[in-house]
Amino acid sequence: MLESLLRKASTVAEQAEVFHVSQRETPVVFEANRLKLLQSRETERIILRLVKDGRVGVSSTNNIKDQRGLLQRALEVVPYGTKARFTLPGPVEYPTVNGYDPAVEKMDIEDMVQLGQSMIDSVRRQHGDLQCEARVTRAVATVHIMNSNGCAVSYTKSVCALALEGNRVREDDMLFVGEHEVSPHPIRDHRKVTDTVLQQLEYARETAPAPSGPVPVVFSHDAVAQVFEPSLAIAFNGKTVLQGASPLVDKLGHKIFDESLTLWDDPLYPDCAGNRICDDEGVPSQRLMLVDHGAPKQFLYDLQTAGQARARSTGSADRGMGSVPSPALGVLIIEPGATPYKDMIADISDGLLVEGLLGAGQTNVVGGDFSGNVLLGYKIEKGRIVGRVKNTVVAGNIYQALKQNIVLSRDRKWIGGGILTPALRCQSVSVSTKG
Amino acid sequence: MAELRDRIEAALKGHHADYIEMRVEEAEGSRIMYRGRDLEDIGRTATLGGCVRAMVKGGWGFVSFNSPTRLRDKVALAVRQARLASSEAIQLAPVEPVVDIVPPFIGKVDPLDIPLPHKKQMLDEYNEIVWSTPGITTSILGYADGRRRTALATSEGTYIEQRKVDVSFRLSAMARADSDVQQSAISIGSNGDFTVVQGLQKQVKEVAERAVALLKAPYAKGGEYTVVLDPILAGVFTHEAFGHLSESDFLYEHEEMKKIMSLGRKFGPPILNIVDGAAVPGLRGSFKYDDEGARSTRTHLIKEGYLVGRLHSRETAGKMSESATGNARALDFRFPPIVRMTNTFIEQGKTSFDDMIADIKLGVYARNWYGGMTSMEQFTFSAGEAYMIRNGKVAEMLRPVMLSGNVFATLEQVEAVGNDLHMNQGGGCGKGGQIPLPVSDGSPHIRIRNLLVGGK
Repeated sequence: MLESLLRKASTVAEQAEVFHVSQRETPVVFEANRLKLLQSRETERIILRLVKDGRVGVSSTNNIKDQRGLLQRALEVVPYGTKARFTLPGPVEYPTVNGYDPAVEKMDIEDMVQLGQSMIDSVRRQHGDLQCEARVTRAVATVHIMNSNGCAVSYTKSVCALALEGNRVREDDMLFVGEHEVSPHPIRDHRKVTDTVLQQLEYARETAPAPSGPVPVVFSHDAVAQVFEPSLAIAFNGKTVLQGASPLVDKLGHKIFDESLTLWDDPLYPDCAGNRICDDEGVPSQRLMLVDHGAPKQFLYDLQTAGQARARSTGSADRGMGSVPSPALGVLIIEPGATPYKDMIADISDGLLVEGLLGAGQTNVVGGDFSGNVLLGYKIEKGRIVGRVKNTVVAGNIYQALKQNIVLSRDRKWIGGGILTPALRCQSVSVSTKG
Repeated sequence: MAELRDRIEAALKGHHADYIEMRVEEAEGSRIMYRGRDLEDIGRTATLGGCVRAMVKGGWGFVSFNSPTRLRDKVALAVRQARLASSEAIQLAPVEPVVDIVPPFIGKVDPLDIPLPHKKQMLDEYNEIVWSTPGITTSILGYADGRRRTALATSEGTYIEQRKVDVSFRLSAMARADSDVQQSAISIGSNGDFTVVQGLQKQVKEVAERAVALLKAPYAKGGEYTVVLDPILAGVFTHEAFGHLSESDFLYEHEEMKKIMSLGRKFGPPILNIVDGAAVPGLRGSFKYDDEGARSTRTHLIKEGYLVGRLHSRETAGKMSESATGNARALDFRFPPIVRMTNTFIEQGKTSFDDMIADIKLGVYARNWYGGMTSMEQFTFSAGEAYMIRNGKVAEMLRPVMLSGNVFATLEQVEAVGNDLHMNQGGGCGKGGQIPLPVSDGSPHIRIRNLLVGGK
C-alpha cells in the first residue's frame, strides 16, 4: 500500500518520501491506590513529503486508505513550500541495534495489573497515608521509511514502562514523590521504582528550612535530565545554530564547560528504549561526540538543515509529533565522574539536593536559564540530608553552572529511555525561599 | 452521518456493561510555520478515528482505533477490559439523554474559507515586520487552523454531533548577544474567527522590539514583592494555581484533599470571584456538550472569597453526590475524557490600574506569560514581561521573571481586583498527556502582596 503511494507520488514529483509509523499501546492505569482503567490504543500516521519544482510539500493522515487525499493535499501546499536543500538518501547499509524484545508484546495484562498493584501496596505497607497513582504500559511501534531514491528501511521498537506517583496531604501540606522505569524488555520487578520512592519518603520525613543565597546544589539524575537537557538539546540543534540563536555558535572546540563534562548523542546505545537504526529520514544512526572534556564538538543536523548550513546530516532527523523533520537528540549519554552519588553531599556544609523542579522549562531555555519551584528537594547540612524544603525557588543558567567546579557522580541512571546521566553537583546556585 | 449513527448505536446494544460510550471523529487542519526568514513547514492534515469507553462495576475499559469498522468487536474489547478492572459498583451523576446536532460557532470569518495563499501572505507580512527590527537573531512564527466533527453516542440513548473550529497564531522572537539569548512571544487563538489573527502588525512589532530590548534589561533581585499581574498573567495564575485544584478527579477519592477543598472554606478576600464554564459563549473553551454528553455550565468556583463549586465529570460528581458540570473533555479520540477546565476567569472588580499601583513604593508589574505549572499546593508561573514599580509608577523593564508560591497563601494575599477583565485565547492546557487542549483564561489586573519573585 505504501509502495503504491510512493509510486504515484514519484510520477508527479522530483523526489518523494513516505514515512509510516504504527503503534499499539496498552496502559494499565491505577488511581487512588487501585486499578481504574485498562486501555488499548492503536495509532497510525502516514506522512508524505514531496519535492516538486524545487519546493517541499507535506501532508499527513492516520487513515491509510486515504492515499488520494494525502497526495492531493501535498500537491496543494507544495507551490508555497520551502526550497528543498536536500537529496533523499538512496539504498544504504544500516547498523544493527538491540531495541526490540517480542516478549514485551506478549506480556499478560493480568500480570501487568498484578505488578502495578503490588508496586502500590509495597509502598503503602510502610506509608499508609500515601495516595498512589501508577501506570504499567507495554507498547510496540513499527516505522517504515521509503523514498523515490531507493531507500527502504523499517524497524520495530518495544517499550515497557513502569511509573509510580504518590502524594501525601497533611492539612495544607502536600508532598509529591515518584519514580519511573523504561525498558525495551518486560519489567517484572518493581523494586527499582519502589526503593527510590521509599528513599524519597525517608528523606522527606522531616521538613527543614531551605538555605538561601548562592549555595552548592546537587541535582539528582532526574533533575539533571529535567533542568539541563532541554537547553542542551536546543543549543546543539543545527537549526538553532543556523539561526544564530544557539549560545554555542562559534564555540566549537572552545572549552566553555568544566573539563569533566563529556557528552555523546548515541542512538545506537544497546538495550535502551530510545535507540534506533536510522533517523526519521532513513539516514543511518551514528554515535556523535557532542562535548569532549568541556569543549563542544559538533551540532545535530537533518537533511534540510544540513543543506542550508552546508553540513552533512548527522542522522538526527526527528518528526516528533509534527510532520516535518527537525534535528533532535537521539540518546543523550553523559559520561560519569568518580564520586559515588551518596558521597556527593559529604563535604557540603549548607546546600540543597534537588530531585525535581516545578516549571523548570518555562524560562529562557534557549539562553540556558532555568528557574523553578522545588517540587521535591532536601536541605543538606554538614554533609547530611536533614529534611525536605518547601516554598523554595532555584534559579540559574546552565552555561554558568557547568562552567567550572562541577562534580559528576560515578553512578548513572536511565531517564525515560533517552538519557543516561550521572547526578551533578554545582558549586554555586541561587536559592531563594519564603517564610 | 445518519448511516454512522445507525452503526454506532447498533454496536452499543446488547453488551453486559453498566455504561458504554463511543465517539467517532473526523478532523482536518492546516499549518504554516516560519523559522527565521524561511518558511519551514506548510502542510495539511486529515484524521479519522474513534474510541469506545465502557464501565463495569467502577472499572473502565478504553479502546481507541483509527478505522471505524467492526465497531461491535471494539465495544466488546472495551467491555472485557472494564470487567477486568471492575471492583464495586459506582453511580455516574445523571444526565438527561439527548439527541442533538449542534451547528458550529463561526466568527466573522471562517478560517477554513480563507485560501492558503492568503494565509501565507498575511504571515509573510508579519515575518517581514519581525525581520525589519534591528537586532533580531531568529524567530518562530506559526499559524494553525482546524475543524473537528465529533459524534458521541452512549448506551443511555444520547446521540450528539458537534463541530468545532479552532484557529491559533504564535510568534516567538529571539535576540542574542554572545551567549545571552532573550526571547519574547505572543499567542492568540479563537474558536473559529479568522479576524483575530488579522491586523496584528502592531503587536508583532512590539514583540520583536521587546526581545531586543531585553538584552539590556536587568534581572530582578529575587525576593518578596507586591506584584501587579496584567489580565493575561492573572488569567494564567487563575488557571494554574487555582483552577487545577477545582478539578474533582484529584479530590473525589482523596479524603485529605476533600478536607482542603471543602465547600464553604474561605480562600480569599470578598473581592475575589472565580468562574469556569464552557457555557460562557464565543470563547476557545466554549461548547454545548462535553465529551460525556453532559450539558456545559457556568460554575462559580469562588464567590466573595469562599469556595462554592468545583468541576466534574459524571463519575466524580456521582461519587461526591453533586451535579455534572460539563467538564469531562478529551483531547481527541485517542484519549478518554478527564476533568478539565474550559474558560476560567476572575470576575470584574472595581479598581482602576492607576489606583492599583498608586501606593506601591517598590513592586513588580508582571505581564504576559511563557507558561505555568502547578503541583496542587505549589505553583510556578512565568511572566513574559516585567517592570519594576517605583513610587506608584511603572519603571524600568526587567528580564522575564518567574513567580511562585503557595496557592492558599497567595489567594489570601490578593489585595485588589481591577475593572478591566480581558480573556486570553492563546492558551493550550496539558494534563494526563492530553495537550494542547483549547481553553481560555482571563482576569482584570490584580494586585498580590508578598509574592516570591525568582531572580539573581
